[in-house]
Amino acid sequence: MKKIIALALTLVMIFALAVPAASAEAKEVKVGFIFLHDEQSTYDLNFMKAAQAACEKLGIEYVNKVGIPEGQECYEAAMDLVDEGCNIVFADSFGHEDYMIQAAMECPEVEFCHATGTRAHTEGLANYHNAFASIYEGRFLAGIAAGLKLQEMINNGDITADQAKIGYVGAFTYAEVISGYTSFFLGVRHVVPEATMEVTFTGSWYDLSLEAEGAQKLIDDGCVLISQHADSLGAPSTCEAAGIPNVSYNGSTIEAGPNTFIVSSRINWEPYFEYIIGQVQAGEAIDADWTGSILTGSVELTDVNEAVAAEGTPAVLESVKEAFAAGEIHVFDTDTFTVNGEKLESYMADVDTDPAYEGDTEVISDGYFHESEFRSAPYFDLQIDGITLLDTAF
Amino acid sequence: MNNKAHTPLFHVSRRAALPWYGAWGIRAAALIIALLACALITNLITGLNPLEVYATIWQGSFGSARRTWVLFQNIAMLLCVSLAITPAFRMRCWNLGGDGQMLIGCLATTACMILLGGKLPNGVVILCMFVSSVLAGAIWAAIPAFFKAKWNTNETLFTLMMNYIATQLVAYYIIIWEVPKGAGKIGIINQSTQAGWLPQIGSYKYLLNILIVAVVCVLMYVYLNYSKHGYEIAVVGESERTARYVGIKVDRVIIRTMFLSGAVCGLAGMLLVGGTEHTLTTTITSGRGFTAVMVSWLAKFNPIWMILTSFLLVFLERGAGQIATSFGLSASYADILTGLILFFIIGSEFFINYQIKFRHAAGKED
Repeated sequence: MKKIIALALTLVMIFALAVPAASAEAKEVKVGFIFLHDEQSTYDLNFMKAAQAACEKLGIEYVNKVGIPEGQECYEAAMDLVDEGCNIVFADSFGHEDYMIQAAMECPEVEFCHATGTRAHTEGLANYHNAFASIYEGRFLAGIAAGLKLQEMINNGDITADQAKIGYVGAFTYAEVISGYTSFFLGVRHVVPEATMEVTFTGSWYDLSLEAEGAQKLIDDGCVLISQHADSLGAPSTCEAAGIPNVSYNGSTIEAGPNTFIVSSRINWEPYFEYIIGQVQAGEAIDADWTGSILTGSVELTDVNEAVAAEGTPAVLESVKEAFAAGEIHVFDTDTFTVNGEKLESYMADVDTDPAYEGDTEVISDGYFHESEFRSAPYFDLQIDGITLLDTAF
Repeated sequence: MNNKAHTPLFHVSRRAALPWYGAWGIRAAALIIALLACALITNLITGLNPLEVYATIWQGSFGSARRTWVLFQNIAMLLCVSLAITPAFRMRCWNLGGDGQMLIGCLATTACMILLGGKLPNGVVILCMFVSSVLAGAIWAAIPAFFKAKWNTNETLFTLMMNYIATQLVAYYIIIWEVPKGAGKIGIINQSTQAGWLPQIGSYKYLLNILIVAVVCVLMYVYLNYSKHGYEIAVVGESERTARYVGIKVDRVIIRTMFLSGAVCGLAGMLLVGGTEHTLTTTITSGRGFTAVMVSWLAKFNPIWMILTSFLLVFLERGAGQIATSFGLSASYADILTGLILFFIIGSEFFINYQIKFRHAAGKED
């Protein structure tokens, strides 16, 4: 027993010597980031790159916690970051929200920011904030690039117009995904009005094999172009193997698909990170609900892969982008889609989260669906005509 | 023909039982060698100062009061599952279904919290959570036990497969209870009302769970070492035939022990969901049912030693996570270090049970 005690004491002393004395944090900004997965996930990588860029640009100290699941671990990670002296804590995944709110309630002096969440505007907490970007604009542009490719395939005689069926691998039947694939589809239709789309769901935000299987199923079903809203390289790799053009998300996947990658839309989080850091430095309040857009530089398209994309794609994208800026085009223009064969005049969306998912806000006016205006996270959850859902288990 | 006996360079023979301090000396030596190996590899790959890395491992568990609480909470949960599977293990019945039994306990607890929370007084809800989770875990374990007792099915495979059924059941109910629709997650259950949440002792979030598991640990120690049931378990474990010969009803002992095993797993599930997590996911158990096998085995199925082995495993896991955070290394690197350390610790069991004799030493013996 003595030996063990002696050994334990020795170890304690060794460690105690090596532990640096905790230094008191000055009134400087230190940001703690919580990421759901590690850099293998395109979704988290997109956040990590922006976090690094924003903090290095502003000369801010930051700490990353990667691989934090959507459970009690998120609360513990957030509180641990507070203990380490962070005065801004940011979490990147939808399921982190409840735990961030719990931490925000306990630490009123720290700002908690959460991407993709829905509760900040109704929660009434001064230190809890949501953020998102109008990524549907980016999806729409990516859809136009896809539509141009389809048109080229039709013109070349590779497919006929009624074979213009595209596929989409989604994660869940959740508004964020529905809004994403619908805006992508409307972009495609902007170019090829007769296009149709099939959507399959994986029931996971990150599952390499399920996403690959989903893409393969769509390809076997006759889809001639694939896009996805899930975070692994499953779909891009499958498309590359099958030689099917792919429109990606969260950043370029050209390395996984040099012969099939067309373009990718992504949210650039750098403007948001710079915004929250700036507000805290200046002692100003952060918006409860912040929506970035193409105009704030928050929504971006990657470089077009000209080896795959239709000729002239960048120029067309540029002109549509300008039309956005001028307010000439609205993605969810009610003249461009129907629900159950009818044009939509009115829709009550579920903007304020409640257990019954009741619609509470009129979102259609001036001839278009006002996405991401009443809160940052998407709430477009309509099933429009022309899109077939293959499975809706999730 | 060459009749000259060939003497190998060394041979391995079984040791007579080592005194306990000898065995723990070997284990401690293994731990130290493991830490040295980790230091070397860390330095070679990343160029970091190994002492800093160790300091970080230490900080992962004891860097702040909160981390220490989280450490003990995690030890308590791992220990609870380890205690649960131990009676079955002592009986040489390999219950690899601890994870599933715990998960089904989590599911039962969640069901009570969602369906009864706010409709019944909180005390009654918690009572329902307790009864249903313990029963759910017990039944989940008793099914394979029944088949083993009646038809001698393989309990290892059977309990393992029950895990997958539990996972899929949980996945199914998450879709039913998800908030908001289509999101695929439940979130914190009853966040505003706290209905069905286990009470908090003072300002200590994790204390109740830790105390309950400490009590379970003592009870399990007494049950296994000083009760008639415990003795029967030991006899069945040594030899079923002997057990039958002395009039022990082996079938009954198997089913009863597995029932108990599952019940404690279910309790662990309730403590996890009702006490700290307040949510349900398919991965909520973090594979503790499997880690528990190692905890129990390393401690030679002794509940008191299990406190130490579960501490060791949780300490390493927390430290590894802290390395990833502090040095910006990939989380996989932390897993490599944990794996390396476990390799040495498990490997040390070989040197506890066997000794290696080299040629000249062997010669002397002759």
